[in-house]
This record gives sequence, C-alpha cells and structure tokens, in this order.
Amino acid sequence: MLFYLIRRVLYAIPIALAVGFVCFMLVQIAPGDPINAIVPPDAPGDVVEQVRREYGLDKPLPIQFGLWLMKVVQGDLGRSLASGRSVWSDLSGAIANTLMLAIVASLLGFTLGCLLGGLAGTFRGSFIDRAAVGIAVAGVSVPHYWLGMVLVVLFSVQLNWLPAMGAGPGGSSDWAWNWEHIQHLVLPAVTLAVIPMGIVTRTVRGIIAEIMSQEFVTALRGKGLTRTGIFLHVVKNAAPNALAVMGLQLGYLMGGSILVETVFSWPGTGLLLNNAIFQRDLPVLQGTILVLAMFFVALNLVVDLVQTALDPRIKRA
Amino acid sequence: MSTTTPTAAEAELAVQAKQAVVKSQGYWAGVWKRLRRDPLTIACALVLLLMFLAIVFAPLLAPHDPYQGSMIRRLRPIGTPNYPLGTDELGRDILTRLLYGGRLSWFIGITPVALAFVIGTVLGVLAGFAGGKVNMAIMRTTDVFYAFPSVLLAVAISGALGAGIVNAILALTLVFIPPIIRVAESVTTGVRNLDFVDAARASGASAFTIVRVHVLGNVLGPIFVYATSLISVCMILASGLSFLGLGTKPPEPEWGLMLNTLRTAIYVQPWVAVLPGACIFVTSICFNLLSDGLRQAMDVKG
Repeated sequence: MLFYLIRRVLYAIPIALAVGFVCFMLVQIAPGDPINAIVPPDAPGDVVEQVRREYGLDKPLPIQFGLWLMKVVQGDLGRSLASGRSVWSDLSGAIANTLMLAIVASLLGFTLGCLLGGLAGTFRGSFIDRAAVGIAVAGVSVPHYWLGMVLVVLFSVQLNWLPAMGAGPGGSSDWAWNWEHIQHLVLPAVTLAVIPMGIVTRTVRGIIAEIMSQEFVTALRGKGLTRTGIFLHVVKNAAPNALAVMGLQLGYLMGGSILVETVFSWPGTGLLLNNAIFQRDLPVLQGTILVLAMFFVALNLVVDLVQTALDPRIKRA
Repeated sequence: MSTTTPTAAEAELAVQAKQAVVKSQGYWAGVWKRLRRDPLTIACALVLLLMFLAIVFAPLLAPHDPYQGSMIRRLRPIGTPNYPLGTDELGRDILTRLLYGGRLSWFIGITPVALAFVIGTVLGVLAGFAGGKVNMAIMRTTDVFYAFPSVLLAVAISGALGAGIVNAILALTLVFIPPIIRVAESVTTGVRNLDFVDAARASGASAFTIVRVHVLGNVLGPIFVYATSLISVCMILASGLSFLGLGTKPPEPEWGLMLNTLRTAIYVQPWVAVLPGACIFVTSICFNLLSDGLRQAMDVKG
C-alpha cells in the first residue's frame, strides 16, 4: 500500500512535466515568432532583441523549456499582453470563481445522477429505468452551451425569474453567499451539471446492477435481511467507484466550463481564456491552460489514492 | 449499455462465441437481424439519413441564398411567409442557413473522428501487438494527453493555432487520437494472447501477416463502434469551437457559429436564436443512440 502510494505520486511527476511541456509548446505552435507572446507588436527592434536575449529565446528549445519551467515553478507565469498585469493576478480570482461553479455543478450532477442511476439500477427494466436512461443519454448528448441559451430564454427572457449574466448585481465580481449573488449561480450551475448527471447516472446504474447480480446479495436476501439492509451493503460496494467518477467529473468541469462561462459571462477561467484567445494574449492562454491542466493532474492523483484507500479490494502494488 | 452484465465466466464464453461468429459467414446477417428488431436505432439511422440527404441537396431544397441578407427583414419570427423559420440578425433565411450550415457542422464533426480512427488504430494496434518498449513509448505519450480535459485541450490547441476550419479539425483530431489508441491497444493485447495467434506464429506467418489476417479482423469492430460513440462528442466540441469563434469564420453558415451570432438576438427572437443548437442536439443524440444500438447488435463489450 505504502509502496503503491509512493509509486503513484512519483508517477505523477513525469506526467506533470510532460503536461508543462505541452503548455510550453502551445506558444511555439502559435503562428508567428514566440517573442510576440512577450512584447507588444509595436515594440522597437532593439528592445525586441534585448528581451529575446533576456528570456533566452535565442537559445535552443530544450534550454528555453528549462528556463520557462524555472520561472513557472517559482509562480511566475509571465505578463498579460493586453493588461500588462501579471498573469497570476488575473488568474487567481478567475480560478476561485470557476472552482465554485464547478463544485456546485458537480455536487448537483452527482446527487441527481446517483438518485437516477440508483433507481434505474435497482428497478431494472421498469419505466423509471427507461426514463433515467433517456435522461442520461440526453444529458451527455446535449450541447451544453445551447442548453444554457435555452435556459436563459425560458427563465430570464420569458419568465424573468433569474439573471442571465455575470456573477453579481451590477456586474460586481465580489462574491457573497446571499440571494443577490446565488441567483446568478443557478442557471450556469444547472447547465454545467447536466453532463456529470448523465455520466454518473450511467455509471451508477451499471455498478448497482452488477452488484445486485452478485451472489452475496442473494445470500443476504436468503439470510432474511431487509431491503434497507441490502441497500446499505450495495451502497458500500458502489461508493468507491462512484466517487472516483465524480472526482474526475469535477476536473472535466473545471476545464470544460469555458463554453458555459462564455454563455453566462461568468467571470471565471473560461471567460479569461475566451478573452485571451480574442486578443491573442498568449501568456494568459498558456498560464490558464497550464494551471487548469495541473489541477486535473493533481485531482487524478487524489482520486486514485482515495479510491485505493476506500476500496480494500483494489490491491495495487 | 448492455442489458445484462455478465459474470466473468459468461463474458469469457461470450468472447469465445464472438470469435466463432466473427469467422462464420453469418456475422453481418446476425448483426442486421438484431438491428432490425431495434426500432430506436433504426429511427435514429433514418433521422440521420434524412438530415444527410437534406444537407447534401441543400442547393435544391433551400428557398433562399445563404449569404444574401436584407436590412429591412432582420430577425423575423418563426412562421413568417416565405421565411418559415424566420430570419437572422442580417436578414438571411434561417431555414436556408440551417440546411447549408449542416454541411460544415457534419464535416468538422465527423472528419476528426475518422482521422483519429485511422491514426489511433495504427498506433494502438502497433502498441498492443509489439508490446515492450514500443508499447511503453506510445502508451505513456497517450497518458500525457489524458491529463488534459478534452474541451480544454481542443480550446488550447485551436486557440494557439488561431481560428479556422483546418486548425479546428487538427485540434479535434489530436483530442480523439489518445482514447482510440487506448481502446485499440487493449483489444489488440486481448487478441494477441489467444491461441490462434500462437498457432499462426508457429506455422511461420510473419508479424505483418498475423496482424493483417488475424488481428485486424478481430479488433476493427470494437474500435469502430467506439469511434462512432465519439462522433456525438466531436459534433458538440466542433460546434462549440465555432461558438467560441475558433472554428468557422463568418459569413460561412455553420450551426455553432450561427448560435454564436444569434446569441445577441435572444431578447428579440428567442426561439429563432436557439434553432441551430437544436440541430446540433438532434444530430448528437441520434449518433449517440445509433452507436449504442450498433454496440449491442455487433455484440461488442464495454
């Protein structure tokens, strides 16, 4: 167990380095000279050359990567071309907003998915099962940015119940847990929750059905255990897998919320990325992707370790 | 989604039965027989066929020119005479643009999966069959791309390369190669250890012959079914890139881009504005259900 723990943590290091390399290459594959990602296009020629030397951009690629990595490890993600501020200062606030949206959405999706999947798996072949499967397929097939628009049309334009944009009254971005702010969270969170709901429903339905078909359930029933008692046994067996799926979904939502954030003008990493793409602000693009991908790598690691700890049947060595 | 989850012993039997079936004459006849008894899959296939015909024959079916707008009839509602689905923010006929738009949406939704299917199968079969260091190199590289959520990777690559159809297709192809490699590698590894491969090797067949004759026939089916399940995701992602302004450029009609430009019109003509997204949704859900139906009919696990 301890051996597995150490090995799994060690294995995450080359992955993190390789992910860093892919992010480093993003600026290299971008059309034009990578120096354009550091200095504004109207900078005088001698300044450009000086910056090129300072940043080591006249050196071979592997050395450039090393220099870039040293900076990143020290928390220096460069400066935004558009605002001139350090990338990290813009990014930290945006990450907090995206994380909040993603956590609320994945909790919502997970709760609904477990409910639907649990019912479907228990009452296999019934009307509930067919309905849950239908909802799950629709959930994974819907273009969520479009669903967001439809919800805005219904609840903001037609019914005028909920605000369509932003994260607070008057475009303020300081979050507070009161209704003025929470009402801005409702539509984006529901929109984003649809995908994990579909995936968790499918997974939980499969897991529950598989466990119910195992012999120990028949044995429990034969022993005269009540339905609730059997249910608790099934939940205990299903929980580690379901939690693992949910953990990964949180990571997908962190990275995948860009489209939904664009629809609702939610001031998170998605909006930041979107603006960076339009202004061709490569340092912001690179920094945001790097941080989100690293978050995903770390989350993968945590999910693996927690799953191993929770489920003694997984013997990893 | 299989209806019953078999135990390990049953699964083993099913695998053996499948291998017997694959080689017999009646495999495709059996698949077709099972498909015919599956009304939902047939219905989805028909909807997709109708959509495909509609976008192929768009010039014959479309009542107007997809680029020609008019400032005096902007954002008309659904049911306007001559403009059955209304007009967009530049006064162009929505029905016409939806018909033409399907061409690009389908193209950038299917091409990346097709390209990834070819490249991913080659690399995955190579990794699975060669094993050892080759397997190690290919699979560890795959792990790196798995460390990115798919939407983020697509946005990152096409964001760095800049807007355009070719860049979007390139980005999406890169997104879908790793999952196909994983599936191809795992089925190939499964087939490689079966007795008939050993028998072929013992009879002196070269590695190339074994792959061509014995391996490909057994692994292409499962990989293909898996690839069809990716089309739905790819459609959503491709239109999503256009929605962000990263795929097609205006005035080209494309469903995701139409959704983007109509976004400002949701307060004027809300139901017209959401129509392109409904097209994406219908296409995506039909491909998803068709893939599920194929998986069951072709008796592929997983």
